[in-house]
Amino acid sequence: MDDSRPIFLQIAEQLESQIIDGSMREEAQVPSINDLAAFHRINPATALKGVSLLVDQGIIYKRRGVGMFVADGARERLVASRRETFGDEYIRPLVARARALGMSPEQLIEIIRREAAQ
Amino acid sequence: MTAVIEVTDLARTYGKVAAVADVSFSIEENSICGLLGRNGAGKTTLMRLVTGQEFASAGEIRVFGEDPVENAGVLARTCFVRESQVYPDGFRGKHVLKAAAQLFPNWDADYAARLVAEFRVPLDRRMKKMSRGQRSSVGVIIGLASRADLTLLDEPYAGLDAVARELFYDHLLKDYSENPRTIVLSTHLIDEAARLLEHVLVVDNGSLLMDAAADDLRGTAVTLVGGHNAVERFASGRPVLGWESIGGISSVTLTGLSDADKADAAAAGLELAPVSLQQLIVSRTRSAQEARS
Repeated sequence: MDDSRPIFLQIAEQLESQIIDGSMREEAQVPSINDLAAFHRINPATALKGVSLLVDQGIIYKRRGVGMFVADGARERLVASRRETFGDEYIRPLVARARALGMSPEQLIEIIRREAAQ
Repeated sequence: MTAVIEVTDLARTYGKVAAVADVSFSIEENSICGLLGRNGAGKTTLMRLVTGQEFASAGEIRVFGEDPVENAGVLARTCFVRESQVYPDGFRGKHVLKAAAQLFPNWDADYAARLVAEFRVPLDRRMKKMSRGQRSSVGVIIGLASRADLTLLDEPYAGLDAVARELFYDHLLKDYSENPRTIVLSTHLIDEAARLLEHVLVVDNGSLLMDAAADDLRGTAVTLVGGHNAVERFASGRPVLGWESIGGISSVTLTGLSDADKADAAAAGLELAPVSLQQLIVSRTRSAQEARS
């Protein structure tokens, strides 16, 4: 958790990342609101807001009296939407930094190739 | 949503001094609200007014929909823990807890006993002989174990060490999750408590400076660092909270930047640093002070 963005967004993103990297599989149970609040030491209302964001998107669904679970197909949908924002989030600042250091696009591509090959 | 506290055009003056001036706000049921501000800003006076320990000079206060002054029904549901609580002569820790048990209808004696052990409070010691931290611990225990529908904690942890403060935050969150109630917390340690807060009220010089959801404030302010010209170009025409320069480098704190604005700033070669709730409140308070003088 940091101060750059609302905490509820960070909670939602963290859950998304756990679904994407497979540490929380589809149909797996999501931690309860109170557990999330206690773990991150945040207000339960904030945790609820973060989880609700994913419930509204159909990434997580509720089973009355049982708990919350990762929806079927959630991972695929999250990967697709993360790919869409990848350019703005990572490539744009990367290119800006490289330009400030006087690096050409070709040089940048070469570095990326080398890194990916490792 | 129901408001537990509703304050309208409230004022409290002492002679010519306005301790609270023209303040209006409401606090929702089952939420944790931070009442923040500098020393002497009016936080304690506001809490005293809300708990009927002080008379309003003007305006209206409603707690659970009623006037709190000499209202037994309202006060039985309210717990007010003060920083500098004065206890009767000769009172020991155990006497204070016994009195609290009789005063608060929802008092949980088992929970209080567990807290006494965790906070290591010497119950047989006279309140006067206790250290500042131990006295604060007694206050914190009363605030938690009373389980009052409305709990006001005024600087509850003066003198508490870091371990005891963490203990307090953990207990507050856990017990609040299990027994939802309305909590108003005043504190100077804003960054420590920020994550617990759902709503933030900032008072300064007796007036309300900010009234917002904590999460709405997070991320609204950003500090940009870079070459003087680049910073100036980017900051012109935007609301500036603070500005510092050294050599050819400038650092400016701005509010109200969108994600696209932030991306533009990064693309212009400026370093972006988040502003914590505490820094934001300090900047706002200082710029309000400068505006007054």
